[in-house]
Amino acid sequence: MYSHDIVIVGSGLAGLRAAMELVGQLDVAVVTKVYPSRSHSGAAQGGVAAALGNVDDDSVEAHIYDTVKGSDFLGDQDAIEILCSDAPRTIYEMEHLGCPFSRTDDHKINQRAFGGHSYLRACFSADRTGHALLHTLVEQTYKQGGRLRVYSEWHMNRLIIQDGVCRGVVVMDIKTGKLEVLRAKAVLFASGGYGQAFKITSNAAANTGDGIVAAYRAGVPLQDMEFVQFHPTGLYEHGILLTEGARGEGGYLINADGDRFMSRYAPSKMELGPRDIVSRSEQTEINEGRGAGPNKDYVLLDLRHLGKQKIMERLPQVYNLAKDFIGVDCTEDPVPIQPTAHYSMGGIPADNDCQVYLDENGEHVEGFFVAGECSCTSVHGANRLGTNSLLEALVFGRRAGKKMLDAEPGLARAAVDEERELAAARDEIEVLYAGDGSEDLNAIRDELKETMTYQLGVYRCAEDMQQAQHTIKGLRERFRKVQVKNRGKQFNLNLLETLELSNMLEYSELIVDGGLAREESRGAHFRSDFSTRDDVNWLRHTLAFRTDDGGHELRYKPVTITRFQPEERKY
Amino acid sequence: MAVSKVTFRIQRFDPAVDREPHDQDFEIELPPGITILKALNKIRAEKDPTLALRYSCGSAICGSCAVRVNGHARLACKTQVSDCTTNGVLRVGPIGNLEVLRDLVVDMEPFLASLDRVKPYLVAGNGAAPEYERKQSPDEFLKIDPSTTCILCAACYSDCNVLAVDDDFVGPASLAKAHRFIFDSRDVDTADRMRAISEKTGVWDCTHCGECSTRCPTETKPLERIEEIRTKAMTDGFHGNPGARHALGFRETVGKRGLLDENYLPARSMGFLNLPGLLSLVPIGLRMVMRGKNPPLIPHSIDKVDEVKKTFARFEELRK
Repeated sequence: MYSHDIVIVGSGLAGLRAAMELVGQLDVAVVTKVYPSRSHSGAAQGGVAAALGNVDDDSVEAHIYDTVKGSDFLGDQDAIEILCSDAPRTIYEMEHLGCPFSRTDDHKINQRAFGGHSYLRACFSADRTGHALLHTLVEQTYKQGGRLRVYSEWHMNRLIIQDGVCRGVVVMDIKTGKLEVLRAKAVLFASGGYGQAFKITSNAAANTGDGIVAAYRAGVPLQDMEFVQFHPTGLYEHGILLTEGARGEGGYLINADGDRFMSRYAPSKMELGPRDIVSRSEQTEINEGRGAGPNKDYVLLDLRHLGKQKIMERLPQVYNLAKDFIGVDCTEDPVPIQPTAHYSMGGIPADNDCQVYLDENGEHVEGFFVAGECSCTSVHGANRLGTNSLLEALVFGRRAGKKMLDAEPGLARAAVDEERELAAARDEIEVLYAGDGSEDLNAIRDELKETMTYQLGVYRCAEDMQQAQHTIKGLRERFRKVQVKNRGKQFNLNLLETLELSNMLEYSELIVDGGLAREESRGAHFRSDFSTRDDVNWLRHTLAFRTDDGGHELRYKPVTITRFQPEERKY
Repeated sequence: MAVSKVTFRIQRFDPAVDREPHDQDFEIELPPGITILKALNKIRAEKDPTLALRYSCGSAICGSCAVRVNGHARLACKTQVSDCTTNGVLRVGPIGNLEVLRDLVVDMEPFLASLDRVKPYLVAGNGAAPEYERKQSPDEFLKIDPSTTCILCAACYSDCNVLAVDDDFVGPASLAKAHRFIFDSRDVDTADRMRAISEKTGVWDCTHCGECSTRCPTETKPLERIEEIRTKAMTDGFHGNPGARHALGFRETVGKRGLLDENYLPARSMGFLNLPGLLSLVPIGLRMVMRGKNPPLIPHSIDKVDEVKKTFARFEELRK
């Protein structure tokens, strides 16, 4: 057993930013199942939002309103106010740490347009903004030298909460297969999203919701799990992200007839409508037979008119991805695209200081904090605006760090029954070796991903979701017969992906049931059988509690509304 | 869609049972347009669940999946199987210059530790941080844009020919990282960085074979960055080290005679007052004499040496 003051699970922007706040003052450890520089924050492309007003007369006020409206009024407005107000300071801080930003002619940080934002608000580093920010924080870890303990390539198996107090985590060294207890006064989860449950997804293989499921199994509810964002420009069949910045720079979306179809769905914002609306518009084009390609199952992102120079300077990664993965030269041909599962709005509920809620009445888990995509604060509500996620990770990562520093003197390193915790983690693994092997891990995972993409996608309805519910129930039964066939200790991917599939099956059920219960359309959750927003019955957050039999119970809590009353959302 | 049969010849190593790595063939049917990463995962799913590799983002930005394909480092996620198959066979192994832990997984620690040698973070000066962003021109940003695209995949480190014979060389990725700060208009530590990187194991130890830039999957292209640092070292007067003296001596002898004076150059590089350094050249000098490989003792010039001198003079004018 190792002891630290603070254990942070996840090494993306939120985790590293929190660590920076604490290192040198407390004994901090970061646990990551990859290496910090490989965290998925690095895959974000187009920008990070802040009302700097460097290229127009943007204001924090406008950023707040755009985010509230973008969230389809499900976002908690007090949290959104914190997010947007702290944005300029956050960007300047990252610049001061050395983050490279693309510049204006008067040498300030340049800003580009992004969907749902009414001003040029996205600060960017070409189309590798997440990469630039992440590597800036990784550089800071070098500056800390040995003062920050990083457990790279350790998998987090269990969260230890006992008597309402968080006491640490059980982790596994992927290099050796050894289980260890990491004991701490406080634990921060900054462990990312859950997009791997979908077949067409922009998410990394690592995004299997390990953090949210560990919290859920330890007795913490999960909030708004039914809200999954589909990004409008996933590379056809691969799901790989092509940045919204491509449209921010002036790119068009066209159907098989070459028609800029967004004129029919969001006439004032066109291609820069918010993601939920643009993705649905694309799907409608495809469903109504105007898709391109032999199977008419994609639409096209057309950048040709931007010219080669602008593409190479502002969108080099888009150029390379289209070229390397599907062999399309986007300076000469439009790129086949389709909506791709992208961002998890749902997650572990927390207050504005990142302290985790235990229920709908505001009870907290002592010593347990969350930040970034695994959390649900909720600043994104039913639909996140592009560029607000990098911002959230930085703003709330810092807040979590500060809060833990404040709280630490009052937190004891609570007793942990090491043997019991290790045994529990060992049992969870042993049961995966004990299956009769009549079912195949890959078959179950493929079926889950197909189900989620095709029945819980851009358009949802009761019939599809009931079918998905039935399918996933069956998959969970079949999962018991899966057997881990690799008995090796070092780098046992077979064991890891089985643990991950167990997580995916567990949270997918919550996406389905939350979606089925929510009989309205709001943000990313659109039901063809309840196609309007219902503020009377559904202006509230879903909370899913795990029950003792492995099932769950849905309860609800109100949305925090401070300044902006819900209104019809038009673009 | 047509399916083709491909034999993946994969280097295997399980530390629990193997003393040495060995190759194992997997014959697999693949649809067209499939990447090496997808094929490797298909092999894991269908043939052998014990195969170990690293991967995550699947879109060439996380840098996890560098492996050697047919002997050269590449990102598995962005490399098409069809581009690498000869007579239906394709070889995959772990990247080089790092210890193999299992199958395609190597120990990344020496690579990551090498970055620590170039102070891999911005040094911003002592004054209080400004209220807003520091100013930087678009051109100044573009100078560091290539070196900031590095994803730390270690493909360059793997195929570096200097690292293969000299563990002390700081390596191409670290030199690119150094470049990122040396050329950052906001960094105030330029002179110290230049001094440190000019020492032994630094920027002059690269033999410019170009493997790093050929293997680099991003715009980082370490060799180009190394050349920019060297040019800066010469311009800024960081001449007090064997690497710089070698470059200067090279120019002096070619400028004077139209060809290299191979007796002068080693002594010039080492420094004429550096007695231990000069003595260290004696054994190799003697071996060359014994094998008749020593250059002529009295240096001569080429026939049209005036032309060479004119060219050099013209370069000098242009440089000014």
